[in-house]
Amino acid sequence: MRSDRAPLGLAIAAGAGLLFLHLPILLIFLYAFTTDERTYAFPPPGLTTQWFGVAWNRADIWPPLYLSLRVAAISTALAMVLGTLVAGAMARTRFFGRDQISLLIILPIALPGVITGMSLRSAFAIMDIPFSTWTIVLGHATFCIVIVYNNAVARLRRLSGGIMEASADLGANAFQTFRHVLLPNLGSALLAGGMLAFALSFDEVIVTTFTAGQQSTLPIWMLNELVRPRQRPVTNVVAIVVFAVTFVPILLAYYLTRGGSDTAGGGK
Amino acid sequence: MLAPPLVWLGLVYLGSLAALLVQSFYSIDEFSGLVVPEFTLKTYAELFRAQNLDIILRTLAMAVSVTLGCAVIAFPIAYYAARHARGGWKAAFYLGVMLPLWSSYLVKVYAWKLILAKEGIIGWAAGATGTTPILDAVLGLPWIGGNSLSTSFLGTWIVFVYVWLPYMILPMQAALERVPVSMLEASSDLGATRSQTFRTVILPLALPGVIAGSIFTFSLTMGDYIIPQIVGTSARFIGQTVYQLQGTAGNLPLAAAFAVVPIVIMLVYLALARRAGAFDAL
Repeated sequence: MRSDRAPLGLAIAAGAGLLFLHLPILLIFLYAFTTDERTYAFPPPGLTTQWFGVAWNRADIWPPLYLSLRVAAISTALAMVLGTLVAGAMARTRFFGRDQISLLIILPIALPGVITGMSLRSAFAIMDIPFSTWTIVLGHATFCIVIVYNNAVARLRRLSGGIMEASADLGANAFQTFRHVLLPNLGSALLAGGMLAFALSFDEVIVTTFTAGQQSTLPIWMLNELVRPRQRPVTNVVAIVVFAVTFVPILLAYYLTRGGSDTAGGGK
Repeated sequence: MLAPPLVWLGLVYLGSLAALLVQSFYSIDEFSGLVVPEFTLKTYAELFRAQNLDIILRTLAMAVSVTLGCAVIAFPIAYYAARHARGGWKAAFYLGVMLPLWSSYLVKVYAWKLILAKEGIIGWAAGATGTTPILDAVLGLPWIGGNSLSTSFLGTWIVFVYVWLPYMILPMQAALERVPVSMLEASSDLGATRSQTFRTVILPLALPGVIAGSIFTFSLTMGDYIIPQIVGTSARFIGQTVYQLQGTAGNLPLAAAFAVVPIVIMLVYLALARRAGAFDAL
């Protein structure tokens, strides 16, 4: 007989592993309130909320924040269009070169970021392309496509093919079927994919350092502060902002794609 | 429908990869510091200089040890989530792994800088529990030790393991969930002990999942340059070298040649993983 109760050792090891995954992140929140400006001393000598005000008034934080938001918005929009198109083409049909295409979509996140970054950097050098917001977007959109694709293709596979045939039988053209049948069913999956892509782009630093030139996104600003700190608690405050901007979309994406049995034609 | 995305991926991504290859066959003029756009193997020969070979071997050693560390720590979590967690706990485990996976990479690295620094939480805890001599003894070890945890290989390793751990847990859990319960029952019916069942039934069946997870931990460790820059010694890794060569040093061809190394290693790795059936577990 197999017992369903976990051995105590296993439960402890699993619990310890989960704690290991979460405690470091909680620590950042504590450090944003420390009164100690110079060191990483633990426990903090005192607590204060002044760093939020100081961070708000630091002029050098706002341009990177705007650039990060702009890049993430453009990359997400591009990735949503391109990712949905590939997902639509790949979900049902089998055709020559299909496996190669799925490899091509996954490659930008399967290979280390340094390679995507260095490849783009080489291409800019060979073609004499000057660095701009768009050179950053090129890299980000490329690895965001796979996130949207993954979400969209998972939903499309659950969707019954019958409802599209039914729509055609009832006399709808391709656009009407897309607008009234496909889009409502695909909507939450696309939204989830888009939000994850946004979070990923907002946080990305490795590819960005190769494609940004002199500009700085918020993660690059943070990286500079980590290497050459000026006011450490301000970095903590920015870390919380970055965390919040990425955390909220992730939670929302989780709730949007959870379950999924309410998808029309699901359960087939 | 496929045309726009394929044009994008083909032009931007494959085009850039091609540019990387082309660039790696160029060389740099030693006097002017300018790139000479003529095909040569000179740049690749430079990779085999003792100091560059050191960088490659150090990166590989780190990638292997990080992968092993991730596999060991991930297993109980994945196993518990796959076989014992039900209902609400299952969702809690899933979110518990997904949230750290998706939360900001830089914030996670920064948190560890705070923890591992000399005056940070580990040093404090060691002082409070009277275990400072143990910590000092660990830091005194050759190779992995250093002035403090945040300036040692051990520190770099801990942060790598932490940051990539979810990439190992998820495929492992998926593989473990697919191990049929009937086989475990058969195994115990035939008189196998818990550990025999584990070694001869669970582990072989879960192996493709472990290999699938190792693709990510291995590949990500090989390319990362932020973690060793923030937590670790001054000894360089492949990622840092690529970054410095293309930036301050301005030697794009050598940077490109260095970037080709992880590509080649990953291609070999992926071919081996495919043979082990790890692709079905992805």
